[in-house]
Amino acid sequence: MATLDDFGPVEKPYKPPVVAPGHTPATVTDKISAVVLERTPKWWYAAFGVSFFLLMILMMAVTKLFLEGVGIWGINQPSGWGFDIINFVWWIGIGHAGTLISAILLLLRQEWRTSINRFAEAMTLFAVACAGMYPVLHTGRPWLAYWLLPYPNTMGLWPQFRSPLVWDVFAVSTYATVSLLFWYVGLVPDLATLRDRAKSKLAKIAYGVPAMGWRGSAHHWHNYEVAYLLLAGLSTPLVLSVHTVVSFDFAIGIIPGWHATIFPPYFVAGAIYAGFAMVLTLALPLRAVFGLQDFITQRHLQNMAKVMLATGLIVVYGYAMEFFFAWYSGNHYEAFMAVNRVLGPYKWHWLGLIICNAVVPQLLWIRKFRSSTFWLFFVSMFINVGMWLERFIIIPVSLSRDFLPSSWGMYSGTIWDWATFIGTMGLFLSLLFLFVRLLPMISVFEMRTLVPDAQKASSKEVAP
Amino acid sequence: MDSDHGVKGKCGAEASRRPEAGALLDLEMLRQKRSPELWRSLEDLAETPEFEDMLHREFPRHASEWPEGVSRRGFLQLASASLALAGLTGCTKQPIEKIVPYVKKPEEIIPGRPLFYATALTHEGYATGVLAESHMGRPTKLEGNPDHPASLGATDIFTQAAVLTLYDPARSQAVTQAGRPSTWEAFVAVLNAALSAQEALGGAGIRLLTGMVASPTLAAQILEARTRFPNLKWHRWDAAGRHQGRAAAQSAFGRPVEVRYDLAKADVVLSIESDALTQGPGSVRYQRDLAAKRRVRAGQPQEMSRLYCVESLATNTSTIADHRLQIPPAEVEGFVLALAQTLQVVPGAPSVPAATGAWLQAVAGDLQAAAGRSLVVAGEVLSPAAQVLVHGINQHLGNLGTTVLVTEPVEAEPVDQVASLRELVEDLKAGRVEILLTLGVNPVYTAPADLDFTAALGKAHLRIHHGLYEDETSGHCHWHVPAAHELESWSDARAFDGTVSLIQPLIEPLFDGHSAHELLALVAKSPVTAGYDVVRAHWQKQLSGDFEAQWREALLAGLLPGTGLAPAALPVDAAAVQQAAGTLAAAKPAGDGVTLCFRPDPTIWDGSLASNVWLQELPKPISKLTWDNAVIVAPATAVKLGLGQQERIELEAGGRKLAAAVWIMPGVAADTAILHLGYGRTRSGERSDGRGFNAYALRTSQALWTVSGAAIRKAGGDLYPFACTQNHHALRASDTSEPLEASREAMGPRKILRTGSVIEYRKDPTFLQDKHHKEGEAPSMYPPHEYKGHAWGMAIDLGACTGCSSCVVACQAENNIPVVGPEQVRRGREMHWLRIDRYYAGEVDNPTLHNQPVPCMQCENAPCEVVCPVAATTHSDEGLNDMSYNRCVGTRYCANNCPYKVRRFNFFRFSERESPLYRMLYNPDVTVRMRGVMEKCTYCVQRIEQAKIDAKVEEHAITPDRLKTACQQACPTQAIAFGDLNDEQWDVTRWKSDPLNYSLLEELNTRPRTTYLAKLRNPNEALGDLATGGKEEHGHS
Repeated sequence: MATLDDFGPVEKPYKPPVVAPGHTPATVTDKISAVVLERTPKWWYAAFGVSFFLLMILMMAVTKLFLEGVGIWGINQPSGWGFDIINFVWWIGIGHAGTLISAILLLLRQEWRTSINRFAEAMTLFAVACAGMYPVLHTGRPWLAYWLLPYPNTMGLWPQFRSPLVWDVFAVSTYATVSLLFWYVGLVPDLATLRDRAKSKLAKIAYGVPAMGWRGSAHHWHNYEVAYLLLAGLSTPLVLSVHTVVSFDFAIGIIPGWHATIFPPYFVAGAIYAGFAMVLTLALPLRAVFGLQDFITQRHLQNMAKVMLATGLIVVYGYAMEFFFAWYSGNHYEAFMAVNRVLGPYKWHWLGLIICNAVVPQLLWIRKFRSSTFWLFFVSMFINVGMWLERFIIIPVSLSRDFLPSSWGMYSGTIWDWATFIGTMGLFLSLLFLFVRLLPMISVFEMRTLVPDAQKASSKEVAP
Repeated sequence: MDSDHGVKGKCGAEASRRPEAGALLDLEMLRQKRSPELWRSLEDLAETPEFEDMLHREFPRHASEWPEGVSRRGFLQLASASLALAGLTGCTKQPIEKIVPYVKKPEEIIPGRPLFYATALTHEGYATGVLAESHMGRPTKLEGNPDHPASLGATDIFTQAAVLTLYDPARSQAVTQAGRPSTWEAFVAVLNAALSAQEALGGAGIRLLTGMVASPTLAAQILEARTRFPNLKWHRWDAAGRHQGRAAAQSAFGRPVEVRYDLAKADVVLSIESDALTQGPGSVRYQRDLAAKRRVRAGQPQEMSRLYCVESLATNTSTIADHRLQIPPAEVEGFVLALAQTLQVVPGAPSVPAATGAWLQAVAGDLQAAAGRSLVVAGEVLSPAAQVLVHGINQHLGNLGTTVLVTEPVEAEPVDQVASLRELVEDLKAGRVEILLTLGVNPVYTAPADLDFTAALGKAHLRIHHGLYEDETSGHCHWHVPAAHELESWSDARAFDGTVSLIQPLIEPLFDGHSAHELLALVAKSPVTAGYDVVRAHWQKQLSGDFEAQWREALLAGLLPGTGLAPAALPVDAAAVQQAAGTLAAAKPAGDGVTLCFRPDPTIWDGSLASNVWLQELPKPISKLTWDNAVIVAPATAVKLGLGQQERIELEAGGRKLAAAVWIMPGVAADTAILHLGYGRTRSGERSDGRGFNAYALRTSQALWTVSGAAIRKAGGDLYPFACTQNHHALRASDTSEPLEASREAMGPRKILRTGSVIEYRKDPTFLQDKHHKEGEAPSMYPPHEYKGHAWGMAIDLGACTGCSSCVVACQAENNIPVVGPEQVRRGREMHWLRIDRYYAGEVDNPTLHNQPVPCMQCENAPCEVVCPVAATTHSDEGLNDMSYNRCVGTRYCANNCPYKVRRFNFFRFSERESPLYRMLYNPDVTVRMRGVMEKCTYCVQRIEQAKIDAKVEEHAITPDRLKTACQQACPTQAIAFGDLNDEQWDVTRWKSDPLNYSLLEELNTRPRTTYLAKLRNPNEALGDLATGGKEEHGHS
């Protein structure tokens, strides 16, 4: 430190710390595990109640769906997909932040990820759970959806491997499995902490069994680090592959507005964009409610805002390229599709998309907005809506006016479309509230490793 | 209470130990009881009095209405017997029937193979010969009879849909008296008593009301009835009949005649306000002949006939016209006069608006040049005077006897039906009518509003209604007698050219139906009463020689050969023509307001077919509306009146008002509104009642088809939910409308519908080919698949397609395609595997129209096959794009990825929702698809497979006459060719190599097996820029 000072004052950009000053390993453990081990706060019941109510709407919508058929939705000829696939892609996209934070940022040694990775991973799992329902629900005969799985059967038939929907099955199931493992392996040391700190017998058993006898020995830690790193390595390609494969659902199709080579990177960027927006949407209120400002600091918020800004710009570039190629290709159908998006019957949806995804996030260039929790929440909400609209524009709007003008139609969701969508939000929130109540939402042991750094940082700040 | 022989025999012993239970269940008792093996509810188990009471009420009603003096024991015996019966048979007491397997199998029947019977069906009284397909005694499909002059193997939509009417659950199923079920015997007793009372008066109080009768047997029976009752009066009323045509022919030729056309001889055709060539008697034949004259193929003489249409509303005919002129109805009348003047049929200088003038001159010149080979067709809706003038023009051009054939009337005793109905109403009002027999007509609904038929009807003392349905009229009658369907009864009828066609039943009457012949046999007190005997006896008298042989021959052929009416050399009365010209010249020009035109509905006709759901859901040609009629106006009219699409209006004509809703559509003349007949029914059946707007409420006997000075006022309220299958969104009156935008796209850059003039074609036959994209030129990593056996393919001649939609109904009938109802159509979920796309070209105020039938393209590089995750849609080794319905999980990805949007999805249980009666109609060779399954055109793969089996068994190659798809077979203009592309004997192989042949969206390299022959027009070069053909199609306006 002193050597730096010798060269006179250096203008370094201000970097807020990842852990607030003054914390010791003990205070970190106390603070985070207290959320789980103390009495359930009253607001939790209210919040979980509302979520559970929404979940019951899902149950109702799905029951009706199974009884009557997908006709209860707004899908039609020509738009055979609507909310079902929009929501599938939207939820899958949201899941991406978790994997990115856990795996890629871990490999890149971005230590600020530590305080948000557990939470983001959980969010990933729950989002994938929501997303994973749609491919089953959306089939006309959901009781036969398992035919998409490759399994030996008396019919002697495999799935049709050229179909991107089969690739989806592999991509999403792999993603769900690896994410779950990654999340669970990361939880083991913390489960042991909770087991040790739990007062009731029941909690001791409940936490003790999944802690799998973790005692914190050097041997344990060694195995853990190896496993965690390997899983991170496994997850890393998944960040790219899942949404790439999802984008193939469209890119393989020949519909103008679907058939584009830019889709894989554009979808991956969009997914990370949406994922970070959702992390912020959830983290900001929870941080305030549980008083976790010390662990999810300005540094985290700023970094997440920057990631959003970067991926958002890639997404906007994707939009621009779609228009560019519509013009440059000289393909009439592409050109018509582009004009139809902007001036056709869904022009307001398109305008909404541009405002939400391209205009509003530009606020993040300015530090004042980046560092304001209100504005961050505001922008991330816009992105959540914008990314949903993007899938709306890509899926039913492209389908509604494709090649033969005689078959043009219109698409809009019905009350059951909305019930299913809101219902999956209920599922997501219910799982989330159970998670924050039952498991440490921030990785306790990893936070403890940051404490020395935090102390260093705080001593530096105190120094003149 | 259960006896030992009941299904629930085990609890029988408990009967005498029944507890004295109240309303509450005794749980303890229930547990102690020996549990019966089957029980319906807890009450059943408990055997409570309530349950017993319910049983008695539910099952044979006599059980609880037993007369006095029955012992308790007897009562219980009956109760137990009734339960036993109920348990054995369900809900009704079945008659005892002995089921015996075929000990000696009937010679023809092979289970699983259909039999075809030649019979006939009537529409508007005229017969069309059909071959009815029967599966184990169930008629399932109707095909045209190739030997019948009105069919030549093709059909119209009414014929195709008739088989559905047979199984219509809305058909009346019992003789009713004042709405209560009665019996035929009771009815016969009442009728006979009433008739006997009339004998003394010579039947002065008997009135018979029918539609037009072209059945020689029925006409003879009516004559017979008149010998019993000399004063019996026979009235006729066909709501959508050819009233003005009949009057015009009468005055032009001096006596009732039938006028028919021979389009095979016509080189220049002018159709004035007429859809006669594509709708109504003889139209199937007319379309065939017309298309044949317009077919241009490589290597054949490149001559086309020329077709002009002058009309206020686009018709199917004008969709294949070379020139179409859209003017308001009053101007059309003026046009006829001007044409007659130009051709010097009548004196006077033609005076028409400038825009029409050039057209008139060109048409007149063309007609004159083709004198003797030309034809002017006048529509029924033209005034009688104008139609007389058209007869005069045809005579002047020397067309009588060549293209226009005048014969003795096809119908028995033609009358002026309006006068006939009016006379009946007067007689009714005067109380002169004791017995009124209405046969197959529904005057309470269809009579002109000014006659006030309904009020008059009540004056008759015995009102009897005979028809397929309990309808508005039966609601005002004492008795309703269900009619037997034509597929259930014996009859006969003459075709448009007079050919006697025999109607034979394919099935015993499903309900308690009786034919009109049986009813008239009663009236005539004829000794012969059974339908078969009546018809046979009639022809036994008519035919000379070996009757049995002739009769057998006729039944096999479905017609009596040589019974067509020979043309007579009748001149047109010159005085009548001059007088007609005077009438037209004196006609007042249309005043202010809107001219309201009535037309028979394109699908449900005058409303009598309202209950036929195939016809209801069939998109109406041109408007593409389903399930409803509408007040149809042009965009210009809508702007003028400030109307928006689907807005509710109040329509006022001649002082009568009707609440309706508006449909804005190009293809209608300015200041003109079209309202089709047949909707707004109140007693037609559950699914059709209350749909649309009742045009009859505004229709008077003075103005059957056209009312000028009508007013349209906005009524406010919600928009009427029309169910339209094409471009039904955002047609705003004020700005460019979506149908036009869609058409510009289709006919312009997308080259979906290609059309050009034969003049250009003669210069360069390939002028409509897309020179940039040649099929098969796109690079591929794989060599093309080699088809060693069959390679099925289809080609559709756009130039021949009139959009009549017969193929669509034929496809629906052949392939068990469900009906989804208006709400689902509105949501874009109609199931038709074959649709007919309609496009507009040219000016919005005077558009030309085009049709394009779109079945599955069976692409060689099918986009649907690649994306199906479960391989439910795959390519066959004969080039078909097959669907395995059992394998489909319903992801709908294939439908999304289909650029032609021909795949159809079962969003709900569409098939299961149908009436069980319709299941009798199912084609057993085609799988019925369940909810959640994708379906589409298969080129009638069941027919292909059957033909292959036959060919294998008979050891010959499949020949074109043995294999036709349902759409191809039904098509009146032979616009569809189908066959094996590896075999030169099929037409389709020649069509495919024609320079007009093109693929839809060929730049996508899907390589469709269904291709199109571009539409050629034969424009008159005198009509200026139109002669350049194709150019004007490429959208402006």
